[in-house]
Amino acid sequence: MTDVDQSTREAHWAKTKGLMITTLIIWFIFSYLIHWFADSLNAVSFLGFPLGFYMAAQGSLVIFVVLIFWFARRQHAIDVEHGVAEDETSGQQN
Amino acid sequence: MAIIKGDFIDNLPKVYGLYTGGFVVFILLMAILEQAGLGADTIGILFVAFTVVIYATIGWLSRTMQVDAYYVAGRQVPAVFNGMATAADWMSGASFVAMAGGIYFGGHGYIAFVVGWTGGYVLVASLMAPYLRKFGCYTVPDFIGTRYGGNLARFLAVCVLTLASFTYVTAQINATGTIASRALQIPFEVGVWFGLLGILLCSMLGGMRAVTWTQVAQYIVLIIAYLVPVIWMSNKQGFGLIPQLVYGDAVMRLGELETLHGVGAKEAIASPIAGLKALTVAHYEAGTTFAAKWKFVTLVFCMMAGTASLPHILMRYFTTPSVKAARQSVAWSLFFIFLLYFTAPALATFTKLQVLDPNLATGIIGKAITEVNALDWIQKWSNVGFLAISDSNGDGILQINEFFMRGDIVVLATPEIAGLPYVISGLVAAGGMAAAMSTADGLLLAIANALSHDLYYKIIDPKADTKHRLIVARVLLIVIGACGAYVASMKLTSILGAVAWAFDFAMSGLFFPLVLGVWWKRANRQGAIAGMFFGLLAGTWYLYMVKWGGMDPWLYIDHLRFGIIGASVSLVAMVVVSLATTEPDEETQRMVDEVRIPKGESVLSSTH
Repeated sequence: MTDVDQSTREAHWAKTKGLMITTLIIWFIFSYLIHWFADSLNAVSFLGFPLGFYMAAQGSLVIFVVLIFWFARRQHAIDVEHGVAEDETSGQQN
Repeated sequence: MAIIKGDFIDNLPKVYGLYTGGFVVFILLMAILEQAGLGADTIGILFVAFTVVIYATIGWLSRTMQVDAYYVAGRQVPAVFNGMATAADWMSGASFVAMAGGIYFGGHGYIAFVVGWTGGYVLVASLMAPYLRKFGCYTVPDFIGTRYGGNLARFLAVCVLTLASFTYVTAQINATGTIASRALQIPFEVGVWFGLLGILLCSMLGGMRAVTWTQVAQYIVLIIAYLVPVIWMSNKQGFGLIPQLVYGDAVMRLGELETLHGVGAKEAIASPIAGLKALTVAHYEAGTTFAAKWKFVTLVFCMMAGTASLPHILMRYFTTPSVKAARQSVAWSLFFIFLLYFTAPALATFTKLQVLDPNLATGIIGKAITEVNALDWIQKWSNVGFLAISDSNGDGILQINEFFMRGDIVVLATPEIAGLPYVISGLVAAGGMAAAMSTADGLLLAIANALSHDLYYKIIDPKADTKHRLIVARVLLIVIGACGAYVASMKLTSILGAVAWAFDFAMSGLFFPLVLGVWWKRANRQGAIAGMFFGLLAGTWYLYMVKWGGMDPWLYIDHLRFGIIGASVSLVAMVVVSLATTEPDEETQRMVDEVRIPKGESVLSSTH
């Protein structure tokens, strides 16, 4: 078992869970919530597109890509902060 | 072969840069030969044959007799390249050939697939991939079997995996057969076996390592093949070099044209050829009723949860060098997928505009039928039964409800509709072939690996030596591929119906056992077994009843969305049974603790 004490593990997991929940809230908004109102959003023009159509065809997708890159950075920062990030060299050999 | 060792990994950008350059040179060469008078058929054959030979060569160069190279590509695939490989693994013949056509006919409602097939990666990144990577498993059932313990849990996971992936792979072999038969001018039944041969050449000798490096090559071909025609066409129409950002005007114009032509307002006429459709749905208008909104979000949910449970995708993240790289790799995967998925709605829009706009030279709706029938592309595609015209009111003018086509045409025929040279059509055929082959490779390998590693090695013969294990894996690959090709040659269901089912099967049986295995320590063996068994049973029963049993769908949950029923039952069964039985032992709980932090050795050793 890796040499990390219990309180560090708990603090790390609490933050990891927090990040997961934040990520999934943003995911929920752009996966479901805005598309529920697509018909109303279509009355708004965005870059020349009807907004409801734009969000489904492009907007949500852009947000998902950015969201995952952001998530990967944040999670790595959390790992480093609690000293549970991988040892770069051992990770390479694995 | 020295080329695939050690410094090969450091030289990846150079190797694939050269490869891309070579492919571009090949395209230019074909363009020159076309000008010199080479026939369209020959160009099509050369495109498909040349690319398939390259993939097979990569497959042969990557051959291996090492277990970790065969199952997880030696865990040394950098995040960006794994992202490309995942994108090719992910984007199937359906994404490449059928998606833009689906949007053409289905408008906003169909774009639920686009949202679902991208947003699912948020679940993969936040809930699954990094933890499975830390676990160090070879296959998805390997995780289930070790986390929950016992052969029954492992066996059930193998069953769900096989059912979901096999449903999917027949559709892919079907697509390779369709494209091969058209490009090489051979019968479909022969095309299916030719496609299978190409797929096996890529995967059999080198397992995951070979599939990884061919998938990267296939991604490059498929993305060039998808983007070049769209950008060329939009440039011709004055939409510039990045049409995806500026097609808003085209979308709005379609709204006007739909009113002009009476889309959806005219009486429906039966198509002269079965399987062809007339355009009846508005392009950008979203449903206003509860039913329409509910159908949109439930389809999105099924595709997302299915994405996060499909083993051929999850296993790609077992190949990265670290947990951190696995997370980054999910982001890169979605980026590479995004390049195609945000282009598909643009392509559907441009094609529709070409066909509908009477001000454009290519517009056919509202023109005289004799004039339309004289067009090359109309003749060519109606000869193969992809398109039909029926002057039902006898006025000699083509109306919107008198023009029928197959969705696949949007991708396959667009270069011709827009009057691009034939070399582009050859390129599109090569791209479709790459998309279908790369997905079929990943799926076949997922099934064969689960059967060889989990069923044969872990359950039937744990003492088998390396050589035996790898031979069994290869024999299974051939057998499963042959079964897939046989089923595909019987043409049981349309390409997309089967693809959606694979997602529903996977989410019914695997979604909650995978998520809760990491996120809920209390989840135990009995719970996981109940979750997989009852989830799959309920989902399959519901699919049967709705599709063939004559049952009315509950709450608009039709056969494309049966995963909602399966996954709900799975969750309830898993939680109830876990809580009703004893909690997992201390060793298992420690295992979960280890999975949750990136630091330290993986739970399973590197050669297990």
